[in-house]
Amino acid sequence: MIPEIGHFSLIVATGLSFLLAIYPLIGAKINHAGMMNSAKPLAIVQFMFMMISFSILAYSFATDDFSIAYVASNSNSLLPIQYKISAVWGGHEGSLLLWALTLGGWTAAVAVFSRGIPVDALARVLAVMGMIAIGFNLFILLTSNPFDRTLPFLPLDGNDLNPLLQDVGLIFHPPMLYMGYVGFSVAFAFAIAALMTGRLDSTWARWSRPWTLVAWVFLTGGIVLGSWWAYYELGWGGWWFWDPVENSSFMPWLAGTALIHSLAVSEKRGVFKSWTVLLSISAFSLSLLGTFLVRSGVLVSVHAFASDPSRGLFILAFLVTVVGGSLLLYAFKGASIKSRGKYGLFSRESMLLVNNVLLIAALLVVLIGTLLPLVHKELGLGSISIGVPFFNNIFFYMVIPFAIALGVAPLMRWKNQDIKPLVSQLTIAAIASIAIGILMPAIFADKIKWVAVTGFTLGVWVIVTSCMEVYMRATHRHTLLKGLTKLGRSHWAMVLGHIGLAMVLIGISATQNYKIEKDLRMVPGDEVVFADYLFKLDGIADADGANYEGYEAVFTISKNGKFETEMRAEKRNYFVQRSMMTEAAIDWGVTRDLYIALGEQLEDNSWAVRIYYEPFIRFIWWGGLVMSIGGLFAVSDRRYRFVNKKIAAK
Amino acid sequence: MTENKTGKQLLTRLIPFVIFIGVSVFLYIGLFKDASVLESTFIGRPVPEFALNDLVDPSLAHDKSVLKGKPMLLNVWATWCPTCYAEHKYLNQLAAEGVYIAGMNYKDDRVKALNWLAELDNPYKISLFDPDGMLGLDLGVYGAPETFFIDSQGIIQYKHVGDINTRNWNGKLKAVYEQLK
Repeated sequence: MIPEIGHFSLIVATGLSFLLAIYPLIGAKINHAGMMNSAKPLAIVQFMFMMISFSILAYSFATDDFSIAYVASNSNSLLPIQYKISAVWGGHEGSLLLWALTLGGWTAAVAVFSRGIPVDALARVLAVMGMIAIGFNLFILLTSNPFDRTLPFLPLDGNDLNPLLQDVGLIFHPPMLYMGYVGFSVAFAFAIAALMTGRLDSTWARWSRPWTLVAWVFLTGGIVLGSWWAYYELGWGGWWFWDPVENSSFMPWLAGTALIHSLAVSEKRGVFKSWTVLLSISAFSLSLLGTFLVRSGVLVSVHAFASDPSRGLFILAFLVTVVGGSLLLYAFKGASIKSRGKYGLFSRESMLLVNNVLLIAALLVVLIGTLLPLVHKELGLGSISIGVPFFNNIFFYMVIPFAIALGVAPLMRWKNQDIKPLVSQLTIAAIASIAIGILMPAIFADKIKWVAVTGFTLGVWVIVTSCMEVYMRATHRHTLLKGLTKLGRSHWAMVLGHIGLAMVLIGISATQNYKIEKDLRMVPGDEVVFADYLFKLDGIADADGANYEGYEAVFTISKNGKFETEMRAEKRNYFVQRSMMTEAAIDWGVTRDLYIALGEQLEDNSWAVRIYYEPFIRFIWWGGLVMSIGGLFAVSDRRYRFVNKKIAAK
Repeated sequence: MTENKTGKQLLTRLIPFVIFIGVSVFLYIGLFKDASVLESTFIGRPVPEFALNDLVDPSLAHDKSVLKGKPMLLNVWATWCPTCYAEHKYLNQLAAEGVYIAGMNYKDDRVKALNWLAELDNPYKISLFDPDGMLGLDLGVYGAPETFFIDSQGIIQYKHVGDINTRNWNGKLKAVYEQLK
């Protein structure tokens, strides 16, 4: 009975999204205040019904209701409670419900927190979000209902789960990604609403900006979390695999990054508006494309769920309607977007344009790299596989101009910059960066690799120029210390975002070029040396826990004859879940991670052991984290609060 | 603004739409290829080189010569995979009918795998043990279960993803197996 309530709530929510898509829109057309005002309560009530529906599905998981097919195939009675809950979005149906719930949440948030926005604009924005909700809710109801019953053949218990998927990282990773994906629907709705009326001014950019930033923060966090999870759980010592599913989260991120920059220009300078609108459409379209790629099974990847053409067809039809429709709207209504303001060749505007062009170029590379294998096959040219070397090579060459421009841009003034006074500063920065870039490998490696040196130089360049910029702005009118306190939050947001990227660059350059990986066969007492570290296998002992029996290998790590640390790698055999888990030992540090995974016991008392040395790998995730914090700084800028109050007071 | 210029701008703004429609067409075609026939770049090629121990007798090492000499199925399975459990009974039946099946235990634990075979019967004429997924990686295995159809020359002719059951065996796979020579 209870699951039927969940199903029914979903139907009610779908009905409400129809109302939300149509009613306020007509109201805005005929200028009927009551109809326009209905958008807010509709959005909020729709979200409440989605919440009921989702909670009931979660409740069914928690209470092991295996009469629901989706629960039976994604959970079992022995699963710990937190994994039962995260199993709600572990499969196709539930993850779509989470998607729709997230969309409902964003819609309600826009309804509640957009006090400063005129009622007709808000009515249009919420109506557009209602249209997206129709598509998703119908998709769930018609092709992927999570509340389908297994009656009358009720299974006694559910399926066992792959132990890999029982992990904290997996609890938070999908919801965060979805918050990001779906969050771009707000920027999308603002762009479409503006295109409908042809009113695109800088207030529009100001409304859209904080929402876009929040979505971007979630997406960045989600991607970082996913990468970190892959590193410590999969036991391959890698952090990014250019897998189609990873790519489909990276593409909206690239578009979103371009968007937050171009929104800033549109808000401050009133230029690039047409471009900003197109980016708003693109960021969300790529989120939808990502959903299509993952859910339809068109591309095969490690993450893909079982494919089903009817589902894929539905998403494709939806994709064509939403994306095709909005791109057509853009083509025909875009003429009404007029950009005021001129800017010179050397100006912050032109540098941001360079940034956008390069981000979009990177986006196209990922898009082509992801879709080309598919296109190639359809054209009858046979199967090709575009792999890691393709992406790594192209990204190496693209990041060079990108990072150089990124360092220069903040030093430039809006409108026009006299380039002469900057030349000497930039020369100093460049020399310093190159020197540090060459010195860095000398600290932790014995060989100079030029690819790594390039990466280090670029990272240092971004940091040095960011510091110069902060110093310049802070000392412009005040002393340094006083000036630092006077800088706005969105200024710090930019600095953090850029320094975060520099950290990522340094981390990637170090770990890609100086990582050492060894598969060894060791007996207790064996020693092995690499990267200045001596690994000694002291012994392997039984280490049984409450619900598993296992082995624990103890290693002593020393460097230059001095004891450094002790690492314990485990292999566990869980009785109940009948699963084998490798608990890798990770000794983390600022400049390097040591990573030991215990393999199989071989004959004659020896063990297979895999050891990694990963220099600066933490910088990748820390950098991502710093970028996200930068995004939060931008959202919390007082400008947005001030604007809200001022307009609300009118 | 002249009419000509407006028209040109409209065409420029139509570019994203046109690109998108092009992509959609390919996505549409891609949707209707049989999803269970995954293109493996290894189809039509010999089994890659490998050195794996035997599941039952760890002191026994196998290389690619064991996957040669007669038409056979190479079934990739693991004890953590519920679908493999469902498939196992049917594999026993096929083995009883005289189909030669080699097994590859994938990213798994030896003791558990042996218990599983003791409990459910062993349909495999030969059992490879691939705890790290090394051969799996070389073969382009996406998950378990997967089954490779290998002819007597040791050449991979077909790859099936998902479980083998009465329906797909009689529908298609049996014919594929009988064509292997």
